Amino acid sequence: MVLSFIEGNEAIARGAIAAGCSFFAGYPITPATSIYQHMLQLLPPLGGICLQGEDEIASIGFCLGAAMTGLSVMTATSGPGISLYSEQISLAIGGEIPLVIVDVQRLGPSTGSATKGADGDIQFLRWGNSGGLPVIVLAPVDVKDCYQLTLHAFRLAGKYRCPVFIASNKEIAMTRESVDLDPLHSRKSAAVSFLKPIGGAELSRLTSSTHGPDGYITADSAVIAQAIERMERKLLSAVDDFTYFDLDTREDDTTLLVVYGVTARAARTALQHLRDKGEKISLLALKTLYPVPEKCILHSFEGKNRVVVVEMNLGQYVREIERLATVLPVSFHGKMDGELISPQEIVAWVTQ
Amino acid sequence: MGDTMTSLLNNSRPPVFCPGCGHDLVVRKLDTALQGMGLSGDKVVIVSDIGCSGLFDTFFNTHAFHGLHGRALTYATGLKMARPELTVITVMGDGGLGIGGAHVLSSCRRNLDITLLVLNNFNYGMTGGQCSVTTPVDAQTSSGFLNQLDAPLDICRVAESAGAPYLVRTMATDKELAEQLAGAIEYPGFAIMDILGLCPGRYTKRNRTSIAQLKSQMKSMHPVADGPVPENEREEYGAHYRRLALATSPQVSDGGITTTCEKIVDQRREVLLLGAAGQYINTAGEVLCLAGMSGGLQVSQKNDYPITVLRGHSVCEVVLEPGSIGYTGISKPSVVIAVSAEGVARRKGVFSLLNKDDLIIKPYDLEIPVTEARIIEIDRKEQAIKPSQMALAALAVLAGNDCVITLKMLHSGLAARFSGKLLEDAMGVLEKMQ
Ligand code: SF4
Repeated sequence: MVLSFIEGNEAIARGAIAAGCSFFAGYPITPATSIYQHMLQLLPPLGGICLQGEDEIASIGFCLGAAMTGLSVMTATSGPGISLYSEQISLAIGGEIPLVIVDVQRLGPSTGSATKGADGDIQFLRWGNSGGLPVIVLAPVDVKDCYQLTLHAFRLAGKYRCPVFIASNKEIAMTRESVDLDPLHSRKSAAVSFLKPIGGAELSRLTSSTHGPDGYITADSAVIAQAIERMERKLLSAVDDFTYFDLDTREDDTTLLVVYGVTARAARTALQHLRDKGEKISLLALKTLYPVPEKCILHSFEGKNRVVVVEMNLGQYVREIERLATVLPVSFHGKMDGELISPQEIVAWVTQ
Repeated sequence: MGDTMTSLLNNSRPPVFCPGCGHDLVVRKLDTALQGMGLSGDKVVIVSDIGCSGLFDTFFNTHAFHGLHGRALTYATGLKMARPELTVITVMGDGGLGIGGAHVLSSCRRNLDITLLVLNNFNYGMTGGQCSVTTPVDAQTSSGFLNQLDAPLDICRVAESAGAPYLVRTMATDKELAEQLAGAIEYPGFAIMDILGLCPGRYTKRNRTSIAQLKSQMKSMHPVADGPVPENEREEYGAHYRRLALATSPQVSDGGITTTCEKIVDQRREVLLLGAAGQYINTAGEVLCLAGMSGGLQVSQKNDYPITVLRGHSVCEVVLEPGSIGYTGISKPSVVIAVSAEGVARRKGVFSLLNKDDLIIKPYDLEIPVTEARIIEIDRKEQAIKPSQMALAALAVLAGNDCVITLKMLHSGLAARFSGKLLEDAMGVLEKMQ
């Protein structure tokens, strides 16, 4: 076995190249910078384009322009930058522009701590656009996931013509680990062909205004309703196509622990300790956060009499779990001090 | 309008500007210019901004990108880089010019082959006549007295100092407008046209501005701005980019690490390296990981150092485990390599957690908090170890004691990380420690 020793950010860059990404633009920001640095190493020699925008707004704008010509594009940033992306994200949703956006989360609010991890942007990624239409959010657990979910992200962005977020975390992005990438290479999926690119023989119109199928602004409420509903349905009805998760469950387990991101690693260790102590506990590590994979979550609830949610924030995704759990009691534990949640903390929270 | 056969105007969507609006003239003259250049619609993309000028793209049978306020140049940049053969024309008002100022300046500096038309009518027409960055201080706007406070901006002056190689200041009513537009579009670089026009819908309702007045106002503006700016002319960004990109070579893949040694641990081990900037702590952590990997271990490495990289602590956390690694943090290390006071201060709490089975490796003269752990000291003076070699020396001690890694693993780790003179130097340190 040949092992690579790379960090999550490098795995994302390599995954992007394997997925056929040919355009990247970004603005330096810790802890996302090394994605840009790797893309700058990788893309130009392959004939691709890597640009540094004058700010985050420009960087994602470059990507939107390039995406509309049919290129597979990606950008990467962190909290302060994802905030600046917000208006352009809305444009990508409304204009149905395929785009992979990596948010390497760091401790907020605001400038916060550039070198400390968090999962504090989860609801922002879902709702940080005007109009509130759904987006796809994938959350890697480790370096391997960074690579694999990036492959998925490009496929999904092209297939559903929407922005796809990779909700990484400084603790995955800048942690190097040994990983065997070889088995992952073969999973490369075929590129989705881009309908009516700008520059093609057929004229293409992209507009940020409310528009009908012809790409012209419209005030016709029936046409508007149809377009909005279609954009919502195209993702909500397709979530089975991209429900990624790890479920470790045994027949007579009665407690379900729900986690995502880097916390899933500590949870795996905690699960072992808890089972050794005789706890009847299952672990659900979600890798698709949005649209909420309701079927998968409801299935994991089966036979359980309580749910424990642990997050590296003060309680964001737990809202989705509570909504689905209805009468099943849900308890939440989390923290925002820039430190990883440890297996010991999870054990204590579950057994308290 | 010229020959309707080649006109790019969208007959089903005629311009809807207020009567007398300067924008209307520009639409028609732009069509004349494009016709004269023999461009078909599929070779042209109009990138429009927000406001009345934002309607521009709908009047043409070309590709269109109508995005966000002030950001038109960002899309234009992506489009032109991705499809260099396209003619990219960006249209914005003086509102877009203000809110997107950073992109205008950067586009001047970049010199990508984009044409920017600024439809400058001194106010925000669509939202009700508020002041913009070009509103004269004595104008009446719906921004009350606020426009009296800010100096109006002359984009040609700004663009000239920002490096724009082609500038034209003109009027929507200028008889030469079509030729001027064609000149700007044909120019192989970033070309800006500041096109002064009237906004009867809002601005001229309160301000007695006439074409003649605008003309004389324009005459007093410097620089003259009627074409290329020789001192700013240079290679076009896209061509330059592709030329430099062609000279880059593909990254040589590191090839990865193969298992060549026997591992000596059967459970998770956490190693903490505590040092200071300049002591190659991260490199030592990496070598330790590569050594572990050569013994078939899974590894993870996290670094902690201040943003001012050349000063202060440098701490590295390494986890080595026979199976896959869960938690990547350090709960209680079994080995602490302490080589500087800055590092020790950063993690002083860890020492009291250690017990007699744990190991600390440190220079003999480094003070550490009270601990139960076994301590191996390095006589750095006797062995002539420089501060920058201390962490590596400590790894040699670790391997020499067959703790976590063996010497064979350390050799493999070093060989994976270094070559040539650097590898020789590293091996030199190892020899000293044996
Ligand atoms: S408001 Fe002014 S800029 Fe807008 S269409 Fe009317 S005259 Fe033209």
